[in-house]
Amino acid sequence: MGRQTPLFKLHQELGARLVDFGGWDMPVQYGSQIGEHHAVRRAAGVFDVSHMCVIDLAGARVRAFLQHLLANDVAKLKTPGKALYSCMLNEAGGIIDDLIVYYRSDGAYRLVVNAGTRDKDLAWIRRHARDFGVEVTERADLAMLAVQGPEARAKAAQLLSGADAAAALALGVFAGCELSHWFIARTGYTGEDGFEIMMPAEDAVPAWRSLNSLGVASCGLGARDTLRLEAGMNLYGNDMDEGTHPYESGLAWTVALQPPQRDFIGRGALQQIVQAGSPRRLVGLVLEDRGVLRSHQKVTVAGVGEGEITSGTFSPTLERSIAFARVPAGTGTAVQVDIRGKLLNARVVKPPFVRLGRSLLT
Amino acid sequence: MSNVPADLKYTKSHEWVRALPDGSVEVGITDHAQHALGDLVFVEVPEAGRTLKAGEACAVVESVKAASDVYAPLAGEVTAGNPKLQAQPEAVNAQPYGAGWLMRLKPAPGALAAADLLSAADYQKVLDAEGG
Repeated sequence: MGRQTPLFKLHQELGARLVDFGGWDMPVQYGSQIGEHHAVRRAAGVFDVSHMCVIDLAGARVRAFLQHLLANDVAKLKTPGKALYSCMLNEAGGIIDDLIVYYRSDGAYRLVVNAGTRDKDLAWIRRHARDFGVEVTERADLAMLAVQGPEARAKAAQLLSGADAAAALALGVFAGCELSHWFIARTGYTGEDGFEIMMPAEDAVPAWRSLNSLGVASCGLGARDTLRLEAGMNLYGNDMDEGTHPYESGLAWTVALQPPQRDFIGRGALQQIVQAGSPRRLVGLVLEDRGVLRSHQKVTVAGVGEGEITSGTFSPTLERSIAFARVPAGTGTAVQVDIRGKLLNARVVKPPFVRLGRSLLT
Repeated sequence: MSNVPADLKYTKSHEWVRALPDGSVEVGITDHAQHALGDLVFVEVPEAGRTLKAGEACAVVESVKAASDVYAPLAGEVTAGNPKLQAQPEAVNAQPYGAGWLMRLKPAPGALAAADLLSAADYQKVLDAEGG
């Protein structure tokens, strides 16, 4: 028996298949996983992401602390509510976790980190926060719903009072705001528009039921995984971990080496990697032959070397198999993947594969 | 509750076997198996002419989540793999005992009698024991 979110009993009532995910009993699907995937690409779906860990940071030097803790630079957050995606690195440049940081006000920031890394993240953050006098508070009292899809914002706004709905609908991409009782942000993990909403635990069940009655489909972690892979978004533990760095994980865009005087954890190691050039990179693959790409399958690059698939699945939108693979830096446009002893042909592409309901494959 | 037709034989690994009038058998995966796998997106069936040993992995069914082997319920020669499943793997979900059949076999001499097959009632007991 794992940990349960405030929505656990409702998931059971809705007939979800529940599985262990990072120590939590979570819904993998309610009916058809592919059906849930399409609901998000075509209309709207709601996910329980309450297992993710919300951490509030407070203190006069919290900005300086985050500029030390994170590989991306919170100085990019100019207005309250804005969000930033970042890696949190160890001294060797290995990725402890990926996270979203929200700038709420001067002296108050909020992090959302992965469920499976909660304990090590909190320990790491607390250890480094001491030097900056920053108070670290885990918000286990909050539930979080992700409402995603082209109709998601309009549907979710119907849960809100007039003033709150107006504020939520006015949010720009990757920005959040405080509502009367909830924190709402225009973020997600699907490649569609939508909101992620943090709310007191007791609000979660009524909110979910209201969304269902508005036609928003209950969606499980199964669909969440196929949606994020189509959207070109990494999964911690699959696509990167403490043994890999951002430059071999498709995350160079999240590292802010400018300004040079910002001394963040892992900076020294990353600078050496940049100077030497990373020998590996993370790419997207599209399978040209029939079959399904899966994590840990071996990738062969003729004349160059070998790599490995880090995440693979069948893409319901593209109706073919797609993957991320870590391959030698010199990999060209064609590779072969060993699937049960057969070498199948795959094409190298730049993720994302799908964005806002449309294929990006050429 | 899974559908377990009374006129078929079963394996503990969730294949079903149907005796055909010409002495050959048809093989597929059970309703319980297709439900546990979820939406199927890829099915690989054996080619006609391949000789199978009882218990040999001979087909692959893949859902969005995972790939699973299908095992030969008895020894024999493949007379046909279901050609429709390449384009329509979802037929296994929709009609596991009908249009979603995987292969037809001509049993090796004595193989049908020697095979360790379960009646519908005994297969139901296997499912009950699994909690499904």
